[in-house]
Amino acid sequence: MASQERINLLAPGHRACPGCGAAVALRQILRPLGRNTIAVSATGCVETFTSPYDQSSWEVPWMHSLFENSGAVASGVRAALDVQGEKDVNLVVISGDGGTFDIGMGALSGMLERKDNVTYICYDNEAYMNTGVQRSGSTPHAAATTTTPSGKKSYGKIEYKKDVPGIVWAHDAEYVATASIAYPQDLMRKVKKANEIYGPKYIQVHTPCCIGWGFDASKTIQVGKLAVETGLVPIYEMEKGQPVKVKKAAEKKPIEEYLKVQSRFKHLFKEQERDEVIKELQAICNANIEHFGI
Amino acid sequence: MLRVGSVCEAGKSRLNKTGDWRTLRPQVTDKCNGCGICELFCPDSCIVLENKKAVIDYDYCKGCGICANECPKQAIEMEEERN
Ligand SMILES: Cc1ncc(C[n+]2csc(CCOP(=O)(O)OP(=O)(O)O)c2C)c(N)n1
Ligand code: SF4
Ligand code: SF4
Ligand SMILES: [Mg+2]
Repeated sequence: MASQERINLLAPGHRACPGCGAAVALRQILRPLGRNTIAVSATGCVETFTSPYDQSSWEVPWMHSLFENSGAVASGVRAALDVQGEKDVNLVVISGDGGTFDIGMGALSGMLERKDNVTYICYDNEAYMNTGVQRSGSTPHAAATTTTPSGKKSYGKIEYKKDVPGIVWAHDAEYVATASIAYPQDLMRKVKKANEIYGPKYIQVHTPCCIGWGFDASKTIQVGKLAVETGLVPIYEMEKGQPVKVKKAAEKKPIEEYLKVQSRFKHLFKEQERDEVIKELQAICNANIEHFGI
Repeated sequence: MLRVGSVCEAGKSRLNKTGDWRTLRPQVTDKCNGCGICELFCPDSCIVLENKKAVIDYDYCKGCGICANECPKQAIEMEEERN
């Protein structure tokens, strides 16, 4: 990539934890969008670590919505741009999984239903990290969080991860894709593609969180790759409701390889035998491998 | 439209020098061929490519070690921070 393409729109000095996957995502998302962009973020780690008063890390205009309404705020920004005759401004939402899968789902649904011209990006660190690792609708099965603790009678989160790309697709969105910071060229291509399509678009970006998941800060990208190589986190685009351009894993890794490097799953290996739970997680991977053709 | 700088200056987090969070210090060695992979993965926007070599801005580098782990040439070594 030529150096002028290495445009950097997240200033250093932000307060993300060392090794933060969400910060990596921000840099990769903003690069293909460029300066002619307005971003809206719901409350969450990204909003917090980029915006202490008067020390913004954003190099593009940015708005903080509430936790629950980034979709609606982006719709309003687009409506205002339309009234002003500003036709060529890129508009992106960058919100967490809590803000997307749970509390912001209604506002996102409305934005999709109205066919507003917004690229909605969910950075998915699989829990409410900013408030101290509470489970969300995105937290994977069996992960320990502060609200789904592990113990003698509990093995972590009972429910499965919600299929938000599928929910968005059911709204007949113009573009739906998943991506991971571990595959930056793929991620940047998808952001560029989405941005060039008119209407509502949704991209879900897997962003490992060293603090919430419990791994060393240097391993953020490796953990992201393992999530994909085991089949737990499928990377794809959707066309006519079917997954296409699925990221293949030549050598599928057993789920243990992903679980054992993260302390949110460590209870599956000690104290009590949790082989059944590991088998269940492997079955989720197998089903993904089959369904998506990983 | 909402213009950058309307409410507060863009990119002013540069005032916050995060380099002092660092306990490990990445050192780019001669093995670096300037591929730029580390630059794409650094969470802290503190790697630039100059003359086909990765250059680290220690004012902001938090020493996470992602760059050293992801370098395909193993050209970045993590050392104990002594400053
Ligand atoms: C209505 C409302 N409820 C609760 C909060 C407290 N709160 C702030 S950030 C956050 C969690 C954000 O989780 P997520 O969207 O996944 O982003 P992350 O912090 O993980 O990046 C919560 C619960 C809030 N700001 N507003
Ligand atoms: S808690 Fe996780 S997502 Fe939040 S700033 Fe730290 S590493 Fe990033
Ligand atoms: S150690 Fe981390 S913060 Fe420092 S240059 Fe490498 S990737 Fe960036
Ligand atoms: Mg989250």
